[in-house]
Amino acid sequence: MDIIWEGIIQALGLILSGDPELTQVVLLSLAISGSATLMSIVIGVPYGTLLALGRFGGRSLLLGLVNTGMGMPPVVVGLVLSILLWRSGPLGSLSLLYTPGAMVLAQVIIATPIVAGVSMAAIAQLDPRLRLQMLGLGASRLQVLWVLFQEARLPLLTAVMAGFGGVISEVGSVIMVGGNIKGQTRVLTTAIVTETSRGNFGLAIALGLVLLLLAFGANLVLTLLQQRGSPAQ
Amino acid sequence: MSALVQLKDVLVSRNTRTILDVPDLAVERGETLAVIGPNGAGKSTLLKVLALLEKPARGQVLLEGLAINYRGSLLPYRRRLALVMQQPLLRDTSTFENVATGLRFRWAPRRETRQRVERWLDRLGIAHLACRHARTLSGGEAQRASLARALILEPQLLLLDEPFADLDPPTRDSLMSELKPILRETGTTTVFVTHDRDEALRLGDRLAVIMGGLLLQTGSPQEVLARPASLEIASFVGTETVLPGIVKGERQGVLEVEVAPGQRVAAVGQQLLGSQVLVCLRPEEVTLLEPQQAGHSSARNHFAGTVQEVVDLGLYVRVSLDCGFPVVAYATRVSISEMGISVGQPVVASFKATAVHLIPQ
Repeated sequence: MDIIWEGIIQALGLILSGDPELTQVVLLSLAISGSATLMSIVIGVPYGTLLALGRFGGRSLLLGLVNTGMGMPPVVVGLVLSILLWRSGPLGSLSLLYTPGAMVLAQVIIATPIVAGVSMAAIAQLDPRLRLQMLGLGASRLQVLWVLFQEARLPLLTAVMAGFGGVISEVGSVIMVGGNIKGQTRVLTTAIVTETSRGNFGLAIALGLVLLLLAFGANLVLTLLQQRGSPAQ
Repeated sequence: MSALVQLKDVLVSRNTRTILDVPDLAVERGETLAVIGPNGAGKSTLLKVLALLEKPARGQVLLEGLAINYRGSLLPYRRRLALVMQQPLLRDTSTFENVATGLRFRWAPRRETRQRVERWLDRLGIAHLACRHARTLSGGEAQRASLARALILEPQLLLLDEPFADLDPPTRDSLMSELKPILRETGTTTVFVTHDRDEALRLGDRLAVIMGGLLLQTGSPQEVLARPASLEIASFVGTETVLPGIVKGERQGVLEVEVAPGQRVAAVGQQLLGSQVLVCLRPEEVTLLEPQQAGHSSARNHFAGTVQEVVDLGLYVRVSLDCGFPVVAYATRVSISEMGISVGQPVVASFKATAVHLIPQ
């Protein structure tokens, strides 16, 4: 039991003192997963909306892509991306392997299907007649989309949070394409792996607590927004 | 009057099945055209075509005489009309914002928006609900908001798709009485789709009957009710007595139609002797008399019969008679009790020759 208590006390010390190594890892994690989430929103929300509203040839193919993507093991994403970015690989000339850029790319590939899938469900749950009604009040196509996004704002936020939650806590692909280089590509999850294997439990617990805080924090924000969204009665 | 909107030769089909077939239908400026027909008749499709939300497979939609070009942008046309559907379909925000929706789409100035929203909230009696969230409104309040949201746009063409169908009778009644003067004062050209005959008669200046995707008859409410063009229309608009008969004679311009052996109904019509017809008689046109009173009535038709069934419909009583042929009449509760009408009782059915409508077979 001592080992746990000692670890926790040490971890709290590191967090409260603003340990530079810890801070650096947290900030890099936020930067990588934050930008990956943003990009996945830019791609995934329109993609999901298209799937929810569109009736076109090839729709089932695109739908299959999303469903496959949502269930894709991150390790496989890491493997494929590693091969592509390998120095002698097809994208080797970009020199992206073992850089934060490669990690963002991996996380975008993981988060986009999640964001697209949840966005699709968010838009599809709206009454299809709402679209006709808005057109019948003189809305342009963009205005219709704007209304639909507004109506589905909470489920869309869930999509964003699901995407962020999926990538911030992911370890397999980022360790493969990032390389877990201290000070450069070491993020929360990979640092926890490293510190735990070294028996460095204090730092590992501190990192774990921050990761939990981020994951809970995201959900807390979501819950608060959902409560504000419902009418006060 | 000139037509604001006209459908010409319009055909809508889905999977080779024809949903709507309208050779010609014009909506005159300022009128309220009530489109009636049973559920699934194609009424809503007609409204979607008028709202430019459905492109017909064939035919043209003309707005002020100009055909809509579906290859170009429809937005300028769509901004001239407003749609109200059966469900209020309000957005997840305040009543005020919901009513402002269409003005926001048109980028109306803030001050003007505020003034117009307040005016129309007031006009529909929901000013006190302006700040309430749309989800907390009752069905009637929500439909009022939906109507305000459309009327605020001062549309050239207002399209109403069964807007009262989901409301309870008192709410429906008050909303309809409020809407009628608004439509008249604003002179809004309106197409009102309903499956309810009474609603159509209350709001419609003119009726169009659609069944099975076909536009069967247009005309004034009196015309459609008194002179239905076919058996289907007759039964849909509440003609309870429909009898097959043969024109047997003619006297002073009045035809005599045999509806049962030895029983001839006097009717006004143009049919030739010997032709087969359907004799249509609305129940409210039939007067019930006690046998000894029969001689005092000026009506041409008098048939003695016995009461087969008496059904209390609330506002009036439906009496089915056997006069050698079936006749249905409506009577008030007061007259039923005064005359002591009950099953098996002898009674005389009396109606004018002009009340009888003949449909050629």
